[in-house]
Amino acid sequence: MLAQQIINGLTVGSVYALIALGYTMVYGILQLINFAHGEIYMLGAYLAIIFVVSLKFSLPIAGLLPLVFLFAMFFTGCYGFTIEKFAYKPLRNAPRLSALITAVGVSIFLQNYVMLTQGAKDKVFSHLISEQINAYFSNFFSKFIPSDGSRLYICGAQIYSLQLVIIITSIILMVLLNLFVTHTKIGKAMRATAQDLKMAHLVGIKVDTVISTTFIIGSILGAAAGVMVAMYYGRVWYYIGYLAGVKAFTAAVLGGIGNIYGAMFGGLILGLTESLAAGLIPGASEWKDVFAFIILILILIFRPQGIFGERIGEKF
Amino acid sequence: MLKLESVSVYYDKREVLKSLSFQVRPGEIVTLIGANGAGKTTTLMTISGLVKLRSGKIIFDNKDISNMSDYKIVQQGIVHVPEGRHIFPQLTVFENLQMGAFLRKDKKQIKQDLDYALSLFPILAERKSQQGGTLSGGEQQMLAIARGLMASPKLLLLDEPSLGLAPKVVDIIFDVILKIHDEGTTILLVEQNAQRALSIANYGYVIEVGKIILTDSGTNLLQNPQVKEAYLGS
Ligand SMILES: Nc1ncnc2c1ncn2[C@@H]1O[C@H](COP(=O)(O)OP(=O)(O)OP(=O)(O)O)[C@@H](O)[C@H]1O
Ligand SMILES: [Mg+2]
Repeated sequence: MLAQQIINGLTVGSVYALIALGYTMVYGILQLINFAHGEIYMLGAYLAIIFVVSLKFSLPIAGLLPLVFLFAMFFTGCYGFTIEKFAYKPLRNAPRLSALITAVGVSIFLQNYVMLTQGAKDKVFSHLISEQINAYFSNFFSKFIPSDGSRLYICGAQIYSLQLVIIITSIILMVLLNLFVTHTKIGKAMRATAQDLKMAHLVGIKVDTVISTTFIIGSILGAAAGVMVAMYYGRVWYYIGYLAGVKAFTAAVLGGIGNIYGAMFGGLILGLTESLAAGLIPGASEWKDVFAFIILILILIFRPQGIFGERIGEKF
Repeated sequence: MLKLESVSVYYDKREVLKSLSFQVRPGEIVTLIGANGAGKTTTLMTISGLVKLRSGKIIFDNKDISNMSDYKIVQQGIVHVPEGRHIFPQLTVFENLQMGAFLRKDKKQIKQDLDYALSLFPILAERKSQQGGTLSGGEQQMLAIARGLMASPKLLLLDEPSLGLAPKVVDIIFDVILKIHDEGTTILLVEQNAQRALSIANYGYVIEVGKIILTDSGTNLLQNPQVKEAYLGS
């Protein structure tokens, strides 16, 4: 029972973490809470389903999945880039509230844009595909983990192989992100820009490029989360970005907004809390979403800088 | 080398630099002295492109850089070590230095400049993997200058490099400024410590509420009664 809740918690937690990274990286550099980021995740999920549906069954799973990820990440990255250029860049020197309100506007715009073009009802792909994907990974994992063909058994917990895929893929992406910001020139420039914008200009960092890169990377990570959730549930809806966005934002604040390691831990902790509370407190599963808000309120009261946040000016 | 021609700068509606003109010739140390709020920092920020001018012109090596973007100005060889050091607090000393060379691609030359910068401030070599924000004030100032050198400047703009430092560290900083100058870098130095600045400068400009009110050689300004009274405390 406990193992079950932990694995469920890690699954949603890694999704929160991936989305939270986009909030935190943008905040780190622009001090902007990009409220439209939840919709970026939603777009990633839609693109995955649109891609899979349009391809029908013409590809084996092993070939299909990487393409789904690339397709969704690429186009979502383009959305992130474009949103920054058109909606936020013109407001770079405007009062912060203007950009914040614009972000809310972009969020509403994207929801309605998807609703009008894709319809107001859930978009689903055939169960067959979901099951195929699950079977494909079960088959793979069954070499290491006991399995009954559709589920895996870890410490008494029954889990879907896609949960394991979500957790592992998220970890890989976070390790890659960490390597990127610590070992590449543009990654170091991102950290430098977040730590001291003025000095970044003075050493000749092209700050506009860094900001674009930040939006693209944040969007790519959000898209990856969207793709995985779409595969897991086999359905999306134009409104899924809202709740996921709020949760991920909570995760970012919990970890200390602006700090990428904070976003990773914040996401996992939030996911685990929700899942454990829902599983262990009788009747709580009906209102598990409330825990995110309770956590948000508690941090804002007792530790507004978050777990990893230190003093002002310390970012990532 | 650098020439400001009637440069005016406004913050909102307030004119902070009022038709300011002065020049720096190649190989010189030029100092800009003036009271708090006179516009010294603004002048440097305008040269390095972070503050835009309302009118006038800035010429560097016969090129008009008035409307150039900041990173292109760095590429021209103008490097600004700002007031207050602005070390990247969570990058290591080494990464801070790497950021100084952000626009360069000549790996070999960068390595040489790194060795040179570390030879000027050996303490930084010992602190190489320490986070910038954990350095002492003096070490941070050294790092700020070393980081500036990593951009291989033709003209180095130094804003208050001795501010808030112990006398011994101030000595080190001024020694290094002279060494950098001996290696052929032109220097525009803004200082509260007018005595020290004028005594190493070839040329000095006195700025008062956004205007140059006096200009002369460093040694002459040191003797000037007006300067003595206002800036040398005697
Ligand atoms: N970003 C800004 N917005 C509005 N006014 C500013 C800004 N920066 C500086 N000022 C004003 O412009 C004037 C010149 O400031 P500046 O920093 O250039 O002076 P300074 O000569 O460097 O002074 P100090 O010796 O104290 O460093 C001051 O009156 C200051 O208040
Ligand atoms: Mg100043």
